[in-house]
Amino acid sequence: MAFQEIKLYQTGTFVAGNRLLDPDQRSVQARMGRSNSLTSGHRACQGCGEALGARYVLDAAMRATEGNLVAVNSTGCLEVFSTPYPESSWQLPWLHSLFGNGPAVAAGVAAALRARGRDDVRVIGQAGDGGTVDIGFGTLSGMFERNDDVLFVCYDNEGYMNTGVQRSGATPPAARTANTKALGPEPGNAFGQGKNVPLIAMAHEIPYVATATVAELRDLEYKVERAMSFRGARYLHVFVPCPLGWGSDSADTIRLARLVKETGMFPVFEAEHGEVTEVSKIRRQVPVEDYLRLQKRYAHLFGDPGRPDIVARLQANADRNIARFGLLPEGDE
Amino acid sequence: MFAVRIHGRGGQGAVTAAELLSVAAFDEGRHAQAFPTFGSERTGAPVVSFCRIDDRPIRLREPITDPDALIVQDPTLLHQVNLFAGLRPDGFLVLNTSRTLPDLGLEDLVRRLTPEHAVTVPATEIAREHLGRPLPNAALLGAFSALTGQVSLGAVCDAIRDRFPGEVGAGNARAATVAHEHVRTSLEKMAGGRVAGA
Amino acid sequence: MLSQVEGSQAVARAVTLCRPQVIAAYPISPQTHIVESLSDRVRTGELAGCEYLMVESEFGAMSACIGASGAGARTYTATSSQGLLFMAEALFNASGLGLPVVMTVANRAIGAPINIWNDHSDAMSMRDSGWIQLYAESNQEALDLHIQAYRLAEYLSVPVMVCMDGFVLTHAFEQVDLPTQEQVDAFLPAFVPQQALDPDDPVTIGAMVGPEAFAEVKYLMHAKQMAALDEIPLIAGDFRDAFGRSSGGLLKAYRLDDAETVVVALGSVLGTIEEVVDGLRDEGIAVGVLGITCFRPWPVAEVREALSRATRVVVVEKAFAVGAGGIVGQNTRDATRGLPVEVYDVVAGLGGRPVTRASLRRLLDEVLAGQVDPQRLHFLDLDLELVQRELERSRRGKRPGPHAEHMLRDVGTVASGAYE
Repeated sequence: MAFQEIKLYQTGTFVAGNRLLDPDQRSVQARMGRSNSLTSGHRACQGCGEALGARYVLDAAMRATEGNLVAVNSTGCLEVFSTPYPESSWQLPWLHSLFGNGPAVAAGVAAALRARGRDDVRVIGQAGDGGTVDIGFGTLSGMFERNDDVLFVCYDNEGYMNTGVQRSGATPPAARTANTKALGPEPGNAFGQGKNVPLIAMAHEIPYVATATVAELRDLEYKVERAMSFRGARYLHVFVPCPLGWGSDSADTIRLARLVKETGMFPVFEAEHGEVTEVSKIRRQVPVEDYLRLQKRYAHLFGDPGRPDIVARLQANADRNIARFGLLPEGDE
Repeated sequence: MFAVRIHGRGGQGAVTAAELLSVAAFDEGRHAQAFPTFGSERTGAPVVSFCRIDDRPIRLREPITDPDALIVQDPTLLHQVNLFAGLRPDGFLVLNTSRTLPDLGLEDLVRRLTPEHAVTVPATEIAREHLGRPLPNAALLGAFSALTGQVSLGAVCDAIRDRFPGEVGAGNARAATVAHEHVRTSLEKMAGGRVAGA
Repeated sequence: MLSQVEGSQAVARAVTLCRPQVIAAYPISPQTHIVESLSDRVRTGELAGCEYLMVESEFGAMSACIGASGAGARTYTATSSQGLLFMAEALFNASGLGLPVVMTVANRAIGAPINIWNDHSDAMSMRDSGWIQLYAESNQEALDLHIQAYRLAEYLSVPVMVCMDGFVLTHAFEQVDLPTQEQVDAFLPAFVPQQALDPDDPVTIGAMVGPEAFAEVKYLMHAKQMAALDEIPLIAGDFRDAFGRSSGGLLKAYRLDDAETVVVALGSVLGTIEEVVDGLRDEGIAVGVLGITCFRPWPVAEVREALSRATRVVVVEKAFAVGAGGIVGQNTRDATRGLPVEVYDVVAGLGGRPVTRASLRRLLDEVLAGQVDPQRLHFLDLDLELVQRELERSRRGKRPGPHAEHMLRDVGTVASGAYE
């Protein structure tokens, strides 16, 4: 499927269903024949970015593989809200094992399919940031190193949401979580050096790495389908807001995803074999404050007296991303 | 049951020697069990390996504390480790050295053992000559065969050649054969000497 | 065909004959020769149609096996000691999901202190993981049990671990009868999974189960394991018919019928025990041996029956429950409850200390002479002096630090007299 030429901001959200577009230009979600792999009835929160992202990712993957897909899921919100016994929202073959082993289990599934002469069936592994960045990191790196034929997708809501919003290795600096509260001289999560898993994935020189958000759903579908055109280890890192964990309005999920890109806090790009191939430019840069103010997890940075110093540090981080990845169109920096 | 204990240093093939001995015995229709003292793999450290040979299945699983025969691959172990612990008074000894037992300070031991049961063989030199490396284990097996008759030289050489293909196997088999001859000659001399002195 | 080979090679050949489709293994002493050999056999094509995954840890290994088994492939892995613990979470996951993975455990002690030598603490620590546990007495039995294990696992949809003493069996050269491919194919048909990830028939595997159904799910797991008590003797019987030798089964009896005193044990030490018992029998003493081949599920009824005519039972085990007592001893006491039999529990061979004829003979002499207290846990060949010196040292408050380091200083270097 060709990359979508028409931008939503030009036509307005009424074309989210792409009714005004040629059928072959419509998104997977707009099609009658979409697989609905994650079907309705699951128990996700209102406005859950992960449920939105997973639906788009899996249906796009099903389309790209003509329905020959097996999904492996690590423990986390997605797994829990989608399989409340005795019900399941999954309409594709789906295996949940443990928290830290999604990539290894997916590698085993891929090996089995190959051994049984069924490598027409593709494998997608999925996990939250916890199962990818922290406890799943060892098995993820192993999967990359072996170049197992798996697309691994991380739905990054920047914390251990399923267990009550604790910090993860993906939690951004200064963010409040249940165990990094806005207390003491350094409120919220520490200013560490972060753990940039897309860059780490690139360092493994795997065939395809990409980042995406749930604000640009056509872009997300495109990246999944592009990933499925490769064999070997592939990694997709999707930014998914969590209204409950972040203290944001459930109606702001897509807005937050758009702002995180437009501030420069979350670079959106593609890479192949360790080299960046495409960067999605910021249309109109916005200050980080516009993004932060919408979330109660950053509320301690504002008000009287607030922490303008921390906001400035976060802005500096965003500026560094912009420079490092070339996120602004030429001449706009 | 015939119990053999092999003393060497890591890298000299003491473990392989026990295994080959067990294969040779097996090939001649006997039951055999070979195993090493197990440890971290380190060259130069003292290593002990064991081989039991019997006509019935071997059930016992413990290190050999009362050997019928000792094979000592490295004379530098002599005064560091209690090599001779448990050796039967009429037990057998094959010692890798180009010197004599008295020269090595082993007169007491020699007195305790049956004379025809203790031999020295310059296995390292034989190995250097016939396979170009100072790996004495094959030669010592040939010597053991001659001394004890527990396995034939043919079986030893077959086991060697099956394990090590090509020239490596051939060289080791040659070393075993030469050492076998050396011991056979030594034993004849010993026997001849006693007859002459009687 | 009779061969004189290393135990690890015999097992690798047996596994090869079982035609696994996915092997995911991480090396750990003393299992390394097995997984190296299997890697070789995949490369040369001897083991065809098999994907070998070089995983990054034992947790990765069992996880990959879970995925592979879930996708309908026959899978294999092997580990020991620390590796078994590192995959502990995945062990419970595999049994909970009903996946018929077969794994070799080359039994080795668990640290700290780090110890690479044989005892049963590793497998014993996972006795409640929901895996069936079989213990091999010899390399012949080890290779035979793998073949039987696949049939058992796939019939019940329960994972099986085949335990063999690390180094003592894995690194021992002895005679084994290796079956042919035809024989194994006839005995072990192709794997037909009870559930599989298949796009043509999607299933959800691994859902969350809450209080309303969890107990029932666990009960069914227990029932399935108990079904193994019936299945194992049947499979052993079929094996005897197909291969012409007795291997496996639940228990092994040696000179048991008229035995007043019975020694109970698992694994390779049974060979040495049989030698000691022969010696006692020659002196007219009615001693016998009960070998436990299937430890989980625990064949309580069969053990009870086997020990019902004895007056004394001496359990010799290579692990124990720290702070509680024996493990096999406790299970044995369970089986003999109400019977007029005295059970003695003896821990031997920890961390690879050889269990010798001499020590076993001494132990049995003392038991028969009534010098051993059945109420206490006994440690064979314990250096009481060493222990007391260390305890005295602790009491006097000198030299803080781990007991291990203090005692090693007392004992001296490893090199001297290590084999005595």
